[in-house]
Amino acid sequence: MHELAVAQALVEQVDSVIRQHNASSASLIRVRIGPLAGVVPELLASAFPLAAAGSRMEHAELDLVAAPIQVRCQTCGAETEAALNRLICGACGDWHTQVLSGDELLLESVELETAPSLIPES
Amino acid sequence: MCDTCGCNLTPGNQHLAFKPVAKGATAVSVLKGLLQKNDDQAGHNREHFDRRGILAINLMSSPGSGKTALLEATLVALKDEFTCAVIEGDLETENDAERIRAKGVQAHQIVTGTACHLDAHLVHDALHQMKLDGVDFLFIENVGNLVCPASFDLGQHLNVTLLSVTEGDDKPAKYPVMFRAADAMLVTKTDLLAVLDDFDPDKAEAHLRHLANPAPAMRLSARKGLGMEAWLTWLREQLAAQRARVAIGQSRRPAIQSDGQRLHRVTA
Ligand SMILES: Nc1nc2c(ncn2[C@@H]2O[C@H](COP(=O)(O)OP(=O)(O)O)[C@@H](O)[C@H]2O)c(=O)[nH]1
Ligand SMILES: [Mg+2]
Ligand SMILES: [Zn+2]
Ligand SMILES: [Zn+2]
Ligand SMILES: [Zn+2]
Ligand SMILES: [Zn+2]
Repeated sequence: MHELAVAQALVEQVDSVIRQHNASSASLIRVRIGPLAGVVPELLASAFPLAAAGSRMEHAELDLVAAPIQVRCQTCGAETEAALNRLICGACGDWHTQVLSGDELLLESVELETAPSLIPES
Repeated sequence: MCDTCGCNLTPGNQHLAFKPVAKGATAVSVLKGLLQKNDDQAGHNREHFDRRGILAINLMSSPGSGKTALLEATLVALKDEFTCAVIEGDLETENDAERIRAKGVQAHQIVTGTACHLDAHLVHDALHQMKLDGVDFLFIENVGNLVCPASFDLGQHLNVTLLSVTEGDDKPAKYPVMFRAADAMLVTKTDLLAVLDDFDPDKAEAHLRHLANPAPAMRLSARKGLGMEAWLTWLREQLAAQRARVAIGQSRRPAIQSDGQRLHRVTA
């Protein structure tokens, strides 16, 4: 399962955010994930504690935000919701569509705990 | 823009980013792809290819769909015309690299251990152990798996996904992430169609279209040499297109991996 590899990449990214901002730890990690990203949210959620063990985010809450699948029709221009294996236009049924959302796998935001002595100077 | 962590922090807005959300806590907006590090490495791999005018093709399928057999037949057919090289990521125990070398073609075996997919770093390590000068086509045989490999850009220009007629013709509907990523779908082992009445190539193609994928769906049998000419013609066209891109300093990512981020509206 590649969710462990994805969880490890997430931990690396959050760790660099923590370092950049001179924080002591992360308390909340928000990831936006679409069904077309090929990552199963439940598997990512269970891989995360393994990847985060002993790190400065091991007590962080992982908030996985589901992104709906939205397509834009190149024939009629409609923007509609679509199912994972039917990315066709909800208005005219044409399959010439572009995915507007639903394939993202993004680290959206992180909440950091800052130790008082480490608050950066402006 | 903060280079190191990719967040939108600048000296000018730092006070905003550090606005406390609770005592001793700050919220930072990052908006960065989780696999960014892999994607950066993939971009570097692509530079290796483009610098030499190489066309890199990633072959993906279930185990046993005929990736290595297709490579064997393809390498023989192209032998007098082009220089090919192969990165083998499929199970090393299958001796796929040996099968390729037996055709007189350079093959590098990636030791994946128990890994279920290749990533850009594994491919980069392989590249630096190969002789790439003069190579026209570089084929990468991914691990036999219809799930993970689709999520990892290797630096290839094209994805080719195989579906053998001994599998279900509804595989594209069951593995949409994989088949959406295909720049070409190959229905393989068509010599067996006569004895298999439950695989309908037209249905397989219809499922592919339902994923909004316009990729060509070619039907062939590597074993019996059926339908190979259309595939070889496609390869020649794709190499010519790659050379034309390289001449004007452009590159290409597999169709699916290029549009995603560009189209997304900012949702956060
Ligand atoms: N009948 C038939 N068998 C094939 C064909 N291509 C591959 N095979 C067989 O399918 C099995 C798996 O093939 P292989 O190339 O190793 O698949 P891979 O795991 O995707 O690399 C082998 O037994 C091959 O001989 C074909 O075109 N027709
Ligand atoms: Mg093989
Ligand atoms: Zn995997
Ligand atoms: Zn429409
Ligand atoms: Zn930053
Ligand atoms: Zn390099």
